[in-house]
Amino acid sequence: MTLETTRRLKHDTPDTDRRLDGMAQGVLGTGMDRPEGPLKVSGRATYAAEAHPEAMAEGYLVRATTIGRITGSNADAIRAMPGVIEVIEDERMIRNAAQGMAGESPVQRQGQVWYVGQPVACVVAESFEQARHAAQAMMVTIEPDGTHVFDAEDPAAEVEKPEQKQLDQGDLEGAMSAATFSLDATYHTPSMSSAAMEPHASIAQWDEDGVLTLRGSYQLLKFNKAELADVLGVAPDKVRILSPYVGGGFGSKLGLAPEAVAAALAAQALGRPVRVVLHRRQVFETVTRRSETRQRIRLACDAEGKLSAIGHENLVSQLPGEVFSEPVAQGTHFQYAAPNRVIGHEIARIRRPAAGSVRAPGEAVGVTAFEIAIDELAKKAGIDPLEFRLRNVPDKHPENGKPFSSSTMEATLREGAKRFGWTHTPPRQRREGEWWIGTGMAGAVRVNMMIEAMARAVLTGQGVRVECDMTDIGTGSYAILTQVAAEMLGFAPDRVETVLGDTDLPPASGSGGSFGAASTSTAVYLACMELRERLAAKLGVKEPELTLKDGLAIHENRQTPLAEILGEEEWRALGHLQPGKAGQEVRQATWGAIFAEVAVSDVTGETRVRRMDGTFAAGRILNLKTARSQCHGGMTWGIGLALTEAMEHDPRDGHMVNRDLAEYHLPVNLDVPQLGVHFLEERDDWANPLQAKGIGELSVCGSGAAVINAIENACGVRVRRLPATLDQVMDGLIAQG
Amino acid sequence: MQFQLDVNGERHALDLDTRTSLLDALRDHLGLTGSKKGCDHGQCGACTVMVNGRRINSCLTLACMHEGDEITTIEGLGRPDDLSPLQRAFVEHDGYQCGYCTPGQICSATAMIEEIKAGWPSNVTDDLEAQVEASIEEISERMSGNLCRCSCYPGIVDAIRQVAREEARA
Repeated sequence: MTLETTRRLKHDTPDTDRRLDGMAQGVLGTGMDRPEGPLKVSGRATYAAEAHPEAMAEGYLVRATTIGRITGSNADAIRAMPGVIEVIEDERMIRNAAQGMAGESPVQRQGQVWYVGQPVACVVAESFEQARHAAQAMMVTIEPDGTHVFDAEDPAAEVEKPEQKQLDQGDLEGAMSAATFSLDATYHTPSMSSAAMEPHASIAQWDEDGVLTLRGSYQLLKFNKAELADVLGVAPDKVRILSPYVGGGFGSKLGLAPEAVAAALAAQALGRPVRVVLHRRQVFETVTRRSETRQRIRLACDAEGKLSAIGHENLVSQLPGEVFSEPVAQGTHFQYAAPNRVIGHEIARIRRPAAGSVRAPGEAVGVTAFEIAIDELAKKAGIDPLEFRLRNVPDKHPENGKPFSSSTMEATLREGAKRFGWTHTPPRQRREGEWWIGTGMAGAVRVNMMIEAMARAVLTGQGVRVECDMTDIGTGSYAILTQVAAEMLGFAPDRVETVLGDTDLPPASGSGGSFGAASTSTAVYLACMELRERLAAKLGVKEPELTLKDGLAIHENRQTPLAEILGEEEWRALGHLQPGKAGQEVRQATWGAIFAEVAVSDVTGETRVRRMDGTFAAGRILNLKTARSQCHGGMTWGIGLALTEAMEHDPRDGHMVNRDLAEYHLPVNLDVPQLGVHFLEERDDWANPLQAKGIGELSVCGSGAAVINAIENACGVRVRRLPATLDQVMDGLIAQG
Repeated sequence: MQFQLDVNGERHALDLDTRTSLLDALRDHLGLTGSKKGCDHGQCGACTVMVNGRRINSCLTLACMHEGDEITTIEGLGRPDDLSPLQRAFVEHDGYQCGYCTPGQICSATAMIEEIKAGWPSNVTDDLEAQVEASIEEISERMSGNLCRCSCYPGIVDAIRQVAREEARA
């Protein structure tokens, strides 16, 4: 048995050693191509649905068309259809995907339909065509169980107001009435979907020892394993999940989804492998969406634009039985200074499909609405919105006085403005044919988090292997973990093999909440540091005096190949990060500034984004190329939020009306200009020993506001109900005459 | 139903349900899982393949309709150790993240470059008589049938522009 030692870090204090700055390989931080790139572009990377174990049967979920108690079905008739093997109506089936990091089963079927679209059965057949046909022929009898509410703003909705989510500091009302300028406006953001390109898919296979292997498409494997074990009532060590490639997540694959449970139950019942792939429409309905929000924002300032009061009261929706609620004001707590503050959070329990975390839960919609409000107040005060923001940068957490781990709000605003060539002009000044042209800006902010993570590094004379159950959902995990190991142990990246997405490997953080890169990279860093210590000890030098580069150990003017030091040995080390006080003693966050130029048609009300530029600060940038791509993604999500995306729910039964990619409008290629992305490189010592923070969500948090603010600057129309659909803009244009 | 499919220069004998889409035939019966299923309704473009040189959504056509056609999938364009110029450019410009829409993007772009060469106009072409340029706007318009939720459109456009320029020079 090869010796494996562990290096642990309870992250309580800032790391000022900045050891990575002293490494010699020169790989980390570069825009290295993704190592898995050739597999992805040649179609050889295999996703969840793409294995074909022998004798695999095909399952297809059956959808409830109304709400109530399940009293029966035509399952017997379905079983007689061509190719049908079995109809699964197991009470353990789950009604919707689990919430992120739940680690336990979500609400199970138990004879109850909670929302229209809930999966209520799974038809298993020899072929996909047979399973689909039979599933569509299946009728489940559902007895109505009373009247329900489908709109959070319906006065009949049951509304919760959790005490710990309310804040009242100072005297907001007094500040509002004493202020030179004030704003009291209400904004709406729509119900939205992650809409990752790969539909959820699972292939379940039980072996003779009762161990389930599930090939799935998930973000947080250690939690998903616990969720699946809990649903099935088996020990967690009887479940193995494989997700080497994940075709996008954005929150939708944080929690175990109904197809995995159906596949596992069916495979167990039939004694053969079963595949269940969600139809695109089932993805929309059964996987958690982003709640619609109503946000009342009150702001007050003096003649110089200094904020004296901030109020942000929001209403979100959720299905009964779910603990998550969209944390709309998460960024508002600390983004701007003001002595008088009210934050309110209400949750309406309604019968729309379950809500959950979608990319940048909270700030994506909260910062967006707030940054529109700031623009409105700056306009009232007659102050350049850039200057207005600069006058209200907090020097510490405005509510609790804690310091910021690093505060780059001002720097990103100034640098972003310079790069964009920002000048503030009044509305309705530029016209090109039918098009009004205008510019807008917004700040971006997102909390930074770390979660527990483990990873293994295996060193040989020829290179390194990194192993953990981390996922790469497009974020660049394969690239950055390769880079961290290459940098720490002094190998070219092609000598590093990174193996991910298997719960038999050490449990990493998983991907979500922008915590993945920093948390799991830290675990890899720790494992590599352990190996550096062992190398140093063997060579009789102190670790900081050891330079590792290109497979050589360099110390005291001597060069020794690692191949010579290790011979045929394989050295293994585990890194184990545990978050500690560093996350509580300071406010850690990432900051940015987004600038946009739009054209608004005076004829149709259509908005086109012509130019968009984002400047972001998120600590050390681990890979310039993948970080930039993450920001392209977030900025594009901002365009979608501002202009096109909205899930429409039928007011009669809450069902999703436009639950496909033809009617739920993601931004397409022509909707997105060649986005500009710039990073302010910094070292946040409080974040972790890498001084790196999350970058995956920051750019979503404000981009939409820059577009909405640019629309107002272009044509004078202020949109407060997102997205800025043509009818709303046209009404505004007509009202202006 | 028994029929034959010619895929990436190889002939395959198949016996499939007539309802089997070309996409499912490729993915589930020929082991060519590079073509992706994102919506199964021609809305996302992830399943794009080339049939007789033209790009189509393989989810919107039945496999048994394609006997005698020359079908090219992502696997036929290049291998990990021998990538096509567009595949290389997608890696270089990070024109992908999760990679799921990527084979469709690349198949689509491969055929689209030929459409531009052939002088086909698009919705954003001003002069229908002039030779079409592989401009950012032309590429963006012509690639708008291929959704990317990771939103790698800037990298996708850069990759395609680079290859279109190289091919125009050659």
